Amino acid sequence: MESFALLFDGFSLATQPANLVYAAIGVIIGTAVGVLPGIGPALTVALLLPVTFKLDPGGSIIMFAGIYYGGMYGGSTTAILLNTPGESASVVTALEGNRMARSGRGGPALATAAIGSFVAALIATIALAFLAPLLVKIAVKFAPWDYFGLMLIAFVTVSATFGSSPLRGLTSLAFGLWLGLMGIDQLTGQARLTFGVPELLDGIEVTTLAVGLFAIGEALVVASRHLYKPEKPIPIKGSIWMSMEDWARSWKPWLRGTAIGFPIGALPAGGAEIPTFLSYNIERKLSRKSEEFGSGAIEGVAGPEAANNASAAGTLVPLLTLGLPTSATAAVMLAGFQQYNIQPGPLLFAQHADLVWGLVASLFIANVMLLVLNLPLIGLWVRLLAIPLPWLYAGILVFASMGTIAANPSVVELLLLTGFGVVGFLMRRYDYPIAPAVVGLILGPLADNALRRSLQMSLGDPMVFLQHPSSAIMTGIASIALVAPFIFKGLSRFQQDED
Amino acid sequence: MSGKTLHTPNRPAAVVAVILFAIAFITYWDASAMTVRASYGMGANATSYFVAVLFVALGVGHLVSAFKPFDLEAEASDWKAIGWIGLALASLIGSIWLGGGFIVGSTLLFAFTARAFGRRALLADICIGAVLAILIFLLFNKLLTLALPQGPLERLF
Repeated sequence: MESFALLFDGFSLATQPANLVYAAIGVIIGTAVGVLPGIGPALTVALLLPVTFKLDPGGSIIMFAGIYYGGMYGGSTTAILLNTPGESASVVTALEGNRMARSGRGGPALATAAIGSFVAALIATIALAFLAPLLVKIAVKFAPWDYFGLMLIAFVTVSATFGSSPLRGLTSLAFGLWLGLMGIDQLTGQARLTFGVPELLDGIEVTTLAVGLFAIGEALVVASRHLYKPEKPIPIKGSIWMSMEDWARSWKPWLRGTAIGFPIGALPAGGAEIPTFLSYNIERKLSRKSEEFGSGAIEGVAGPEAANNASAAGTLVPLLTLGLPTSATAAVMLAGFQQYNIQPGPLLFAQHADLVWGLVASLFIANVMLLVLNLPLIGLWVRLLAIPLPWLYAGILVFASMGTIAANPSVVELLLLTGFGVVGFLMRRYDYPIAPAVVGLILGPLADNALRRSLQMSLGDPMVFLQHPSSAIMTGIASIALVAPFIFKGLSRFQQDED
Repeated sequence: MSGKTLHTPNRPAAVVAVILFAIAFITYWDASAMTVRASYGMGANATSYFVAVLFVALGVGHLVSAFKPFDLEAEASDWKAIGWIGLALASLIGSIWLGGGFIVGSTLLFAFTARAFGRRALLADICIGAVLAILIFLLFNKLLTLALPQGPLERLF
């Protein structure tokens, strides 16, 4: 019941008028950017991070929550109206949603996505509020070796299990780990891989890497392949409201999607792709009108959208309690927290309880605002989709580079951004996943720390990771997850193809 | 997009392998030059060595896959468009390097990127870019007090 009191405090922080304004601004700009084709939630959060730099930590985190949920919602709008999902988690939404839009039922498709996301996020955020304190109680007992085992699991699941090939995923991860080495080592003060460039002493900014790989890389790919032929968003005809039948067919998929999405998102194995695919398949089997699947079944939008949002709230569990990002979006969010000098992890709940619960409360508020603002504003979002691509990408590049120099006004930072853009382009061209690199950069230094602190405590004995049952089990899981895809080639069916 | 036969060596994988070996070597060389030693346990260079070994392993993996059948066709690319984006980013970097400021740099970035995506109206795009850059500058420098690089134009505001 302690959670309730703390959550209540959180609400009193989040409902201060200024913070409500921040939440509303966050939701609106998050949706506006998330709606743009080719921009997923990870990039939305990375691009909009500089907007929140100068607010107080409470206000910026609250705006951040709005941006996060807004970006998620914007992505599904694009998937339904344009059939170009901005992120892998919306791929499934596009399957049925776009068909619905083509047959003139775009309104109900958007409505069931919005309301389903609302229901899912609401339930998942409640689950987060209850689960997080329990997990914190366990996490405070974690020793460095346990953390290291946990990070091994995160590394392997993010890179090896779901890429087009484990080799490519691990290479992407290694690139991130390598970038994570750069800069001054926290434990000894030794500079690594700085090549005498003073700007590199602070290490590589996660946002620079994410924006370079995602935004600049994407722009290069789109330009090089002439993918900019005008694709018209499908106009919404008829009522945007759902009929009674739509409601009747939607509410169960919402709940099932939530039940699938949250636990999978909360595991360190994370990701929203698996729950959305699972939910889609389950709804197709359970639907009384399964013949409609493939030509616009509302269950095929309701379930996966709920699963997507529930798993997004689920990834906040390891992120907040363990400081462990399990998706590119979570990695960028962690970078955002670090900008405000907040280090997620078990201590966060002790030291900044007000901020944590303020964030959870503002997730609720952002969620409500999304529902209230987005259905009426749908016409505006559709018009954003119609921006000609040359201007759109030109604007994205201006904004991306602006964010980079605003965070760190130096030419070196821009050169890094450009370099990461080229790498991102090549990675896309040769089918290397991008998310593992971002996760590697942010988790690499943490894993380095955990590894070396464990070995300090064990006086250099590497068996320390196997002597403690907890870390031995986690190391075992990580090894199995690493080897399994090579044995069961069928597992690579789930191709992770992130924003 | 020529059809690849089964026994064509996978050239990209071989190139990646070479790059991975190079990175491994750089990392090893950097680690071997480290002077700060940890008093006990592992030093900062231990992780570097570990990452170097990881790169060697991945490089070997790529070498092996280079001799396997090639399942991925690289798509034809419009290098001219990529060149325009390169020029766009170079203009921004040059403008900030030489003290031209954010607005000039971003205007050129906008106009050249739009050109890369097939726009032909360079002058119109320069105007749009300038308006956008000035708006962003005013919003972020004045309202949010972020320090964007200043040049002669920015000092007028």
